Amino acid sequence: MSALLCYERAALELGERRVLADFSLAVGAGEIVALLGPNGAGKTSVLRAGLGLIPLASGAVRLGEDDPRALSARARALRAAYLPQHPQAIWPLSVEALIALGRYAHGGAPDRLGPRDQAAVDAAIQTCGLGALRARRMDEISGGEKLRVHLARTLAQEAPLLMLDEPSAGLDPAQALGVAEILQAHAKRGAAVLFSTHDVALAAHAAHRVAVMAQGRLLAEGAPEAALTPEVLEQAYGKRGRLERVGSGYAAVFEAQSLNRPA
Amino acid sequence: MSLRNNWFVVIAALTALSLAALLAALWLGPVPIADPFASDVRTRAIVWEVRLPRALTAWLVGAALGLSGAALQGLLRNPLADSGVLGLSGFAALGAVIAFAFGFMGFAPIAAVAFALAAATLVTALGWRARGPASLALIGIGLLRLAGGRIALALNIEPNPGALADLVNWTLGSVEGRSLADAMLAGSFLVVGGALIFASARGLQALTLGEVAASAIGADLLRTRTLVVLGAAACAGGATAVAGVIGFVGVAAPHFVRAMVGHDPARLLLPSALAGGAMLVCADIAVRLLPTDTELKLGVAAALVGGPVFALIAARLASRGGDA
Repeated sequence: MSALLCYERAALELGERRVLADFSLAVGAGEIVALLGPNGAGKTSVLRAGLGLIPLASGAVRLGEDDPRALSARARALRAAYLPQHPQAIWPLSVEALIALGRYAHGGAPDRLGPRDQAAVDAAIQTCGLGALRARRMDEISGGEKLRVHLARTLAQEAPLLMLDEPSAGLDPAQALGVAEILQAHAKRGAAVLFSTHDVALAAHAAHRVAVMAQGRLLAEGAPEAALTPEVLEQAYGKRGRLERVGSGYAAVFEAQSLNRPA
Repeated sequence: MSLRNNWFVVIAALTALSLAALLAALWLGPVPIADPFASDVRTRAIVWEVRLPRALTAWLVGAALGLSGAALQGLLRNPLADSGVLGLSGFAALGAVIAFAFGFMGFAPIAAVAFALAAATLVTALGWRARGPASLALIGIGLLRLAGGRIALALNIEPNPGALADLVNWTLGSVEGRSLADAMLAGSFLVVGGALIFASARGLQALTLGEVAASAIGADLLRTRTLVVLGAAACAGGATAVAGVIGFVGVAAPHFVRAMVGHDPARLLLPSALAGGAMLVCADIAVRLLPTDTELKLGVAAALVGGPVFALIAARLASRGGDA
């Protein structure tokens, strides 16, 4: 299996701060990998470096066979779709028009969709359950709905690799699981997914492998149950915690110090 | 689908409005004319040699300002951007004034476009990461002050009173007494600038997602930025070279058009140009019909009407949280 995305001892600095150090990871077709770690661990930097949006200090990133920074924006977009952490819709387009922006690299535009583009947009709308909202304006829908619209936009891009920065942030538990199902269905069709999250249970539930980061370094990597040990969780988050099986899914439990509750 | 049809309806309506305004401009004026198509010498002189070139110039200048406003708004993701607010027109005026002052009148249009280009490059470089409409407007105000100060300096040291009057008149903005050659000049800059701007349309759409995501869906942002900066400079520079500084058309035209065709920056371009043209022809008819001793300058009229509109748009944005 050749990797669609591969980091080889990647290191990255932003100003004086070292954001990534000695980071190695590969994501192959049909595979979902979750990036876990506390705020500031370097998850967003991993995604941005993978897209070639920021240059490495040392090491290498390969998007397919190539350095993403050597690719044109269009060539890159045909290989990887990206959902930023706080996706924007500066102008209140309709839901459908915003999703149609995902067709940019294929030559499509919201006001100029070929049959192939329209099919991809329709499929993404259906997958994300946005049929009832497609004509609504982006400033008329809820935060959770907005996030799903942007997710649909990355799906409509039909890139073999999805890179998603907190695709379940701000979603209720059922919606978050809905996102996990979307990703799994997408991976079954052969796509590779790399996503960051703070939801340890969701990562365990959705991903084939997890990569736990802290301070720009990889702490552990592997199948969720093997990698997410109490030691790794404590090292990453500074709190004792464990991953538990609940039915066919997972729950992540962290020990909270006793708070001074009023008697 | 209905959205698409709607767009064509708006284009047709704005084209009809432009033609109606141009026709009205031939007919209406301080000298009453019953039939603008009558063949007597007097009517023909007034209608075809005075009113037509003036009306055409007004339309072309308005279209250039509306189009460059829509493009700058898309590029900077800011509904208050336009060549007047951002200082492109002010710089263009400065360029032309310098050419005048040094006796190179023939180079005034080129100087205007070159200076507009300098302002556009500067303001987009400074304003690219400016968040919120206010900070960008402040950058524009800075550039405007700079240009205004230099123009004042040029006027101050201009020794020839005749030339001084011309310069003052012209910095106020007017299409009075313009010839077909002036209209052609504005038209050719509009064609060049328009071609550049329309080539940037898809990039402007992509920028709806913000810089990073626009690049991630495959947009070449350097190309988009270059096209808009060059296109807006050609439009605003050409318009200012012909008609002087006329503000607010570039803010108002896209603003009104959004209510009809939505917010997609690519679909705003053509209707904004048509609306800008129609607006300026109507405004010019108004200044010609107003019973003032000295004709009110078009640029002054635009500021009188456009200033409050601008303030209203800004206030509405601010009440919505501003970062639109």
